[in-house]
Amino acid sequence: MSEPLAPFMIFFIGAALVPVLRGRCRKGLLLLIPVLGFLNLIQLGEGPHWGLESMGYTLVLARVDRLSLLFGYIFHLVALLGFLYALHVEDPLELGAAMAYAGCALGVVFAGDLLTLFVFWELLSVASVFLIWARRNRASLEAGFRYLLVHVAGGLMLMAGIVLYVSETGSTEFGYLGLQGPATALIFLGMGVNCAWPGIHAWLTDAYPEATVTGTVFLSAFTTKAAVYALARAFPGTPVLIWIGAAMTAFPIFYAVIENDLRRVLSYSLINQVGFMVCGIGIGTPLAINGAVSHAFNDILFKALLFMSMGAVLHRTGRIHATDLGGLYRTMPLTCIFCMVGAASISAFPLFSGFVSKSMVMEAAALGDMRAVWFLLLFASAGVFHHAGIKIPYFAFFSHDSGLRPKEAPLHMLLAMGLTAGLCVFIGCAPGFLYGLLPYPVDYVPYTGGHVLGQSQLLFYSSLAFTLLILSGIYPAEMRASNLDADWFYRKGARALYRALERTLPALGELGRGLLVDGLAAGVGRMTQDGPARLVLLLLSPLWRLGGAKGEELASKAARIRETLAHGATPVGLGAAAATLFLFLLFVLG
Amino acid sequence: MGEGGAKKERRYLFDKPGNVRRLFGVYYPWLGVLLLAELLVDRHVIFPWEGWPGFYAAFGFVACVALVLAAKYVLRPLVMRKEDYYE
Repeated sequence: MSEPLAPFMIFFIGAALVPVLRGRCRKGLLLLIPVLGFLNLIQLGEGPHWGLESMGYTLVLARVDRLSLLFGYIFHLVALLGFLYALHVEDPLELGAAMAYAGCALGVVFAGDLLTLFVFWELLSVASVFLIWARRNRASLEAGFRYLLVHVAGGLMLMAGIVLYVSETGSTEFGYLGLQGPATALIFLGMGVNCAWPGIHAWLTDAYPEATVTGTVFLSAFTTKAAVYALARAFPGTPVLIWIGAAMTAFPIFYAVIENDLRRVLSYSLINQVGFMVCGIGIGTPLAINGAVSHAFNDILFKALLFMSMGAVLHRTGRIHATDLGGLYRTMPLTCIFCMVGAASISAFPLFSGFVSKSMVMEAAALGDMRAVWFLLLFASAGVFHHAGIKIPYFAFFSHDSGLRPKEAPLHMLLAMGLTAGLCVFIGCAPGFLYGLLPYPVDYVPYTGGHVLGQSQLLFYSSLAFTLLILSGIYPAEMRASNLDADWFYRKGARALYRALERTLPALGELGRGLLVDGLAAGVGRMTQDGPARLVLLLLSPLWRLGGAKGEELASKAARIRETLAHGATPVGLGAAAATLFLFLLFVLG
Repeated sequence: MGEGGAKKERRYLFDKPGNVRRLFGVYYPWLGVLLLAELLVDRHVIFPWEGWPGFYAAFGFVACVALVLAAKYVLRPLVMRKEDYYE
């Protein structure tokens, strides 16, 4: 092999081969691709690879350093475990989408420039939506469209930000950006959508539980963690992330307590765990960044494990609501044990993986004397044990006897869960292995008497609260219901707006026809020609003036933007993208 | 499971009340052990309140009770709708 391939290429080749092969050959391919990918990855030395010159920009398809390598390793690992879990799947759409999706996530993580980042970011959303649609029912179809809608909007923000940034600075490098001005703010928000920040999180809890049994396992691993990587790369030490992260850890746990669909409970707890990472990135000290990315590594494993165990339950019983389940430990004891290992890991029990990474973020907050944040994180730590650590295993496998006596999960699922569980325990018991991969040198010791005792008290007394609330009947009974969340605004609110417009617009139309046809048509013609440039200039000119730019400098900046946009040097015309968004809106709401 | 069904079907681990009792027989004393262990363990604290006796135990218990009560009595009345609300 002359030059190793860029990591995403191997998965794209795999995705192309999936529909061609059948039976055992295809199953072999599914397991072989992540292994080949990993062997290829360790051949790639640190530094930029696969640099290309295109349209005057430098593209780097594989930038390898300690940060991208860590995510590269875990993405290969979880792809292997995920495909092992998915060996029973025959649907080429689902398998091909999963393979392409893993490739896109690797594309994001190894992108060395902003244009490459953007392309993989968009492909990631497109590939992942097929894992939702592959469930092939009405709920998943609709949830998939809403998912795509939100990600298209997020992608537009990212693209607008990148276009502005590149035209302002002339640099396409994907490195530290920092929050400074509208360009980076748009990039920041675009990344925030995929990271499921509060208020723009509902795509996750809406769509993940509607995906296929295996699709959710892949979904839980890639999109949010690729966004965490992007934030750690571009915005470490951005203070607002501390509060965004703290809010993410806290608010979902209230929803998780009253949610009935157990995969949706896990989706809420996914946001809660990503909150710890976002908070760590915001704190930005080496300890905090190490904590954030090691927690991403661990979370990918234990969250995949939890989704695998709930997937196995869904696969065997066809049910996933707490109201329909209970008592399954009788006939699915191994799945139950693996689920409890995942539950112990996410709850950060000593000797399980969550303990050795989450405590780094907590410690970093304490060392920075961030009292309110520390208390929020501690509250969230108790809360996550409550809903993911106890509620998930308790309502699925114990609680009342549902009378269901399903068979134990198939062998390949048990193997996948067993291996993942083994890794969770291994990392928890021997954290040095993971610490050795982190971007900064680690001098943190998780296993001190104080840490272990404090965490054990926190968790066991949380469990006492659960026990007493259940025994006293105060614990809220599970109910068949939908709980409103931020997706209400585009599921109900947008529909109402659309209806209101439908009623009022025709009348207005009569009134306005003369004005529009005669007066504005010419103006619209002009706008479609150079509208994007005008829009950008309208936004930027006051900011440049504030920044001290005058006369000639201002004119030359404006000319550069006009030229960039007029020559179509942006990845896609803004006008076209806005039109696409509009069509999507019509399609989804109509 | 009714007693009638139990004759035909195997009795599993926690179908026997004795096993449940045994589990709690370990669980409750363990909670006490965790509190007493504070006397033996040398703790380095960053915030002063971390050194208060039983701080983490009390926080965990109170936080979870508050979480459940808030979710049940505040959040659920606000956000719960029929299952087919969005249909």
